[in-house]
Amino acid sequence: MTSPFLRPAPDPGPSFVELLRVNDRLPPVPEGDVGARLSVTHGTTVVALRYADGVVMAGDRRATSGHLISHRAMEKVYPADRHSGVAIAGAAGPAMEMVKLFQLQLEHYEKVEGAELSLDGKANQLSGMVRSHLPAAMQGLAVVPLFAGYDTRRRIGRLFQYDITGGRYEEGNFATTGSGSLHAGTVIKLGYRDNLERGGAIELAISALFQAADEDSATGGPDLVRGIYPTVATISAAGFERVDDTEVAQRFRDLVDLLATPDSAAQMGASPTMRPGMTGLPGASGASGASGAVGAEGGPSAP
Amino acid sequence: MSMPFYVAPEQVMKDRADYARKGIARGRSLAALVYAEGILICAENTSHTLRKISEIYDRIGFAGVGRYNEFDQLRIAGVRHADLKGYSFSRDDVDARSLANQYAQILGQIFTHEMKPMEVEILVAEVGAAMDDDQMFHILYDGTVMDERNFMVLGGEAEAIAERLRESWRAGLGLADAMQAATSALAGPDRTLNAGDLEVAVLGRANGRRAFRRIEGPELELMVPAAPPGSEGEPVTSTADLPPVTDEAP
Repeated sequence: MTSPFLRPAPDPGPSFVELLRVNDRLPPVPEGDVGARLSVTHGTTVVALRYADGVVMAGDRRATSGHLISHRAMEKVYPADRHSGVAIAGAAGPAMEMVKLFQLQLEHYEKVEGAELSLDGKANQLSGMVRSHLPAAMQGLAVVPLFAGYDTRRRIGRLFQYDITGGRYEEGNFATTGSGSLHAGTVIKLGYRDNLERGGAIELAISALFQAADEDSATGGPDLVRGIYPTVATISAAGFERVDDTEVAQRFRDLVDLLATPDSAAQMGASPTMRPGMTGLPGASGASGASGAVGAEGGPSAP
Repeated sequence: MSMPFYVAPEQVMKDRADYARKGIARGRSLAALVYAEGILICAENTSHTLRKISEIYDRIGFAGVGRYNEFDQLRIAGVRHADLKGYSFSRDDVDARSLANQYAQILGQIFTHEMKPMEVEILVAEVGAAMDDDQMFHILYDGTVMDERNFMVLGGEAEAIAERLRESWRAGLGLADAMQAATSALAGPDRTLNAGDLEVAVLGRANGRRAFRRIEGPELELMVPAAPPGSEGEPVTSTADLPPVTDEAP
């Protein structure tokens, strides 16, 4: 801590990133194509969609390095502050660093200024961080986050997607990013309705991740053997709330039961999606058969 | 060529201390006390926007009396120091004792080397996992640090207020009782303070990661008995009986 009167360096204002820059603490940009030379851990699919009270965010738990699974329980959905969350896909190390910095940036601003940033302000901050990460992205360490929050001034949930250059795109209904985003996005697109209830929105997010895991080797499905389930969180007027693992597990069991029923399986063959609002059909197929099938789903994909 | 008059160093220091003390005495006082679930900080402050009490880090709070612009700069320096330290090491490594030492260094440096000492007294408080781990540091304009266990008073009438608090403070007070003790000690026998005169915040043990929480609005009005208007012969308000000041902290 330097004396507030004798500080020779430029004043960083309420920005923590500027403070790091002034103190020469920003992480260095790698030189050379790191992604091509070394196997870098990557996080995969995350989704966000609006519902009646705000936004649901969800992400699978798998991290891969090339064809290997490097982590089975990586978190990709984080609270950014009380009323917003950030979900990450891309190079895991820089992505987690970006989240940490973003969380600190919001909290630092709030403490120094005595007031929270507006939701647009927060989205712009993240945009700046993605943009300043571009040199590292050129070395194969791309990070593409999703940002979602409850706008306490407008009283609605809002979500933002980014591109690698820091471009910020506000999405109306849903957004996805990561390797399985194409499949997950299709599921949400087909199942999305305005003003979904909380339960329906979580169900839709979960089935999107399930279907993405079904098609994309880098996306992890629910791991019933180890009890690892995707991270799901809701952001509403009550703030960022992580959905309890037992609830997520129950919803997955319902989904699996539904998919495992013979007639439903035939239906699934025809259509890659499933309508939200369907309840589980505990049928004769039994939980053990279903969990066996999904356990294999959660494991590494055979080359 | 004119020679500057010789002034004894003792005199220089005494003059500076007097100057700082006078500046601090113009402002209104502030009390902090340990209660059952954390630390209560209660300041006499009629402004609702210019704060004397604020958050530094997860479990650390800050409060200042004296010149607003000076303690606000110290507050921001503290937030920066704490956030940088937490980023470089871990959140658990940020503690009030090290922060208080840093503040003491700054204030001591300014007191001896600058033209004008800072006219501030500050409090750095950290709520611990248990009541015994709570820490409060009182740092004076010249860099003197004192750590106190139960309660602490900053500002002009600190002696008298501390005397009153000593009588009412007990270990394990509830929040409402602690608030009652703090407000009546700040007010003294001749005045009553109501919710509009106070700025109150707690560092609550049970508040999760960020322990700092302001108590304001309806919640404060529930806890601080508002003076019934015109109930007695002399309607005493908090500001009427204080001397008018110009550059006092809000």
